[in-house]
Amino acid sequence: MALSSYDRLNETAEDTLANQFLTFTIDGEDYGLEVAYVKEIKQMIPITKVPQMPDYIEGILNLRGELIGVINMRTRFGKPFREYDEESCIIVIVFGDFTLGVIVDAIQETVFISEANIAPPPNAKLNNSNHFVRNIGMVNDEVKLLLDLEKFLAIED
Amino acid sequence: MMDFDRDSMLEMFIFEMSQQIDQLEGTIVQSESEYNSDQINEIFRIMHTIKGSSAMMMYDSIASVAHSIEDLFYYLREENPTDIDYARLSDYVLSGMDFIKAELGKIQGGNAADGDGTALSTAIENYLVEIKEHTTPEEAPAPTPPPAPERVQQVTDTAVGGNHKYQAKIHFQDGCEMENIRAFTFVHNLQEVATDIEHTPENVIDEKAIAYIRKNGFGVQFSSIFGHSHISEHIAQTIYLKSFTLETISATASVETIKATPAPKPAPAPLPIEEPVITSIDPFPVATTSTDSTEQAERKAGSTSQMINVNVNKLDSLLNLLGELVIAEAMVTQNSELEGLQLDSFHKEASNLNKIISELRQIAVTLRMLPLSATFLKMRRVVRDMSRQLNKEVDLEIAGEETEVDKNIIEQMADPILHIIRNSLDHGVESPEERIAAGKPPTATVRLEAMNAGGDVVITIQDDGRGIDTEKVLKKARESGLTNKPDHEYTDKEIQQFLFVPGFSTNDEVTAFSGRGVGMDVVHSNLEFVGGTVLVDSSPGEGTTFTLKIPLTLAIIEGMGIMVAGVQYTIPIANIIKSFKANAADLFKDPDGNEMITNRSDVFNVVRLHEFFNIQGAITDIEEGMLVMLENGERVICLLVDKLVGQQQVVVKPIPSYFRKVRGLGGCTLLGNGDVSLIIDVAGFYDN
Repeated sequence: MALSSYDRLNETAEDTLANQFLTFTIDGEDYGLEVAYVKEIKQMIPITKVPQMPDYIEGILNLRGELIGVINMRTRFGKPFREYDEESCIIVIVFGDFTLGVIVDAIQETVFISEANIAPPPNAKLNNSNHFVRNIGMVNDEVKLLLDLEKFLAIED
Repeated sequence: MMDFDRDSMLEMFIFEMSQQIDQLEGTIVQSESEYNSDQINEIFRIMHTIKGSSAMMMYDSIASVAHSIEDLFYYLREENPTDIDYARLSDYVLSGMDFIKAELGKIQGGNAADGDGTALSTAIENYLVEIKEHTTPEEAPAPTPPPAPERVQQVTDTAVGGNHKYQAKIHFQDGCEMENIRAFTFVHNLQEVATDIEHTPENVIDEKAIAYIRKNGFGVQFSSIFGHSHISEHIAQTIYLKSFTLETISATASVETIKATPAPKPAPAPLPIEEPVITSIDPFPVATTSTDSTEQAERKAGSTSQMINVNVNKLDSLLNLLGELVIAEAMVTQNSELEGLQLDSFHKEASNLNKIISELRQIAVTLRMLPLSATFLKMRRVVRDMSRQLNKEVDLEIAGEETEVDKNIIEQMADPILHIIRNSLDHGVESPEERIAAGKPPTATVRLEAMNAGGDVVITIQDDGRGIDTEKVLKKARESGLTNKPDHEYTDKEIQQFLFVPGFSTNDEVTAFSGRGVGMDVVHSNLEFVGGTVLVDSSPGEGTTFTLKIPLTLAIIEGMGIMVAGVQYTIPIANIIKSFKANAADLFKDPDGNEMITNRSDVFNVVRLHEFFNIQGAITDIEEGMLVMLENGERVICLLVDKLVGQQQVVVKPIPSYFRKVRGLGGCTLLGNGDVSLIIDVAGFYDN
């Protein structure tokens, strides 16, 4: 009895988050990230550089006493670094055991994308950048590139 | 719901089991030469508990091993045989415990406890049979034990066959938690001696039962062929028992109330009016041992109630919050909006707040401190096992084990101490014959001692063995290509440092304990990790002393803030010898490009932090920057930084796990203004 009610609670909680995506812009493209992984969104605050790290690793951030790593999504995608402006944001994501900050150009909104509007990316590997994209979602005929967090978070040198 | 409970039950199970085993190990190793009746009782009781809890959790392999040991000690307790080979007995118990520990480890790691304890339990059972055969009637104080299982024998001196009906009411200690599970365990254990068990509440798995049992106690009715005293003794072994009543309900039965609490309370209920069937005739006097053991249990519970076990994560988050509190306080009291205002009373209150917060932080840090005793006592077992296998006689003296150190550091110290003790026993201590020939007592002494020395804890491990053979070490070092100057230029101290090189071993043969060369380098690297140092002092023929100097806590260190290219880094004060402005004329380079500097007629390597970390925009002119002289153990370097900022206490936090390890960085910390500062790991600047 207790079990079933708990399960139901869990399911509904998951239902409300499932297929909800936080969308944001990087270098003119729209991306989406499952809301379930997003802990919070922060304005840019000072980040401490860590030496000897790949370029896309921005450093360490103080999130109310918790120290978390921050990566820059632009440079992670191999795009040129751009100075931060008032639209730049840090998305704090929780993935498995670790919490990580991700800098994006601008936050858009949270949208619901139904399964019917989500499709895998085309097979042809024309360049090596689409390995971060797991699916492509359509919202009112606009394309949102849905990220594969696991690949995205793996450290490469 | 059972799945839910299982996690918390499992946690509790593992915790209780580990405690029992630690206690048991201590008992056995301390009293190895001979067990007195208290110790036999204790081992029996612990094994009984282990058996019960593991059977309840369905870890049958553990339960069956515990059961065989329990049987063994049951026999010892009841029959008091005199000619027992205690060393052999201890071997059995210890191997049983090793088995249980291994299984517990698997369970803790989330794996199935799949070990097969059959061989072990059979061996122990055979041993019991052997003892029984060996014990001649005149040696045994009790009447000749029949070869039948001991339980039956118990029946003969209590009840003469037949079934008795009993009614019992169990009260568990206040705050023991999970009363329903305890009740379930109780019933499970009772099945050993009783049949037709009925209990109120009927459904103990239901959580509602907890409240009922807390309020009304746990009622049980059952039949048994055993007598009253045997049953009450059995019940008295229940863990977390507060008190219980046991009544016999049959024509020839009795009423007996046994209270575990010695507190005055109306004497055992007179004639229970509400149970008219019960007569007051008690043909079975209550065995005194049962009351004794419950009192003992009560005393134990009393002594542990001063301690509570807290999840380390909770403590860590408390420390984190305190760190934030310190920062928040600084942000309020040093707020830029306050500048230029006349705020006398504000500053007075602010400094009071500051005082309270720093006291709070000091207390919080000590919460993580644990005595070294558990680590030290484990060494008794190591010394025991090794000395037996190496045929050496060794006494382990332990002192200062109550010294408290941060939990993280204790974990880092266990291995170094183990390796040094192994090393001492294997290499240092001679065989009894050699010792006698050298005019020493045949039994060697290894002394393990801890003491507080200022902000550090010093652990010394001292043996009176043959000392370190510097010639042999040097020869081996030369063969391994570790030397870079003529033999005669090496001091003893330098030679002894070779011991800590990874893979270095003077043993030509690999033994069970040493020779592989792992070990002493672990000592060095673990100590470096916690910011400690190790020193060796040895005199030929007289023995060797290892001195480990470790900081009290990892959590808070004194740090020196330094700037490089506008970023503040923190260097542990413990590593800093001094800082000075360099003179470019003192600087020179060797052909390999290594920079060096002379300072007061000594020469030191220079490390430019901006070059080491590849940081742009730092001061590169050595006369403009600042040199900080750093030591790590015996090695000293000079580090070039832009400037010094100042000294402050910092809370050390690990670098987020997302980052790969960077040489030269040991952690990070939050500064008063909320910025993150990276902590320099001085050991990282040295070549390996």
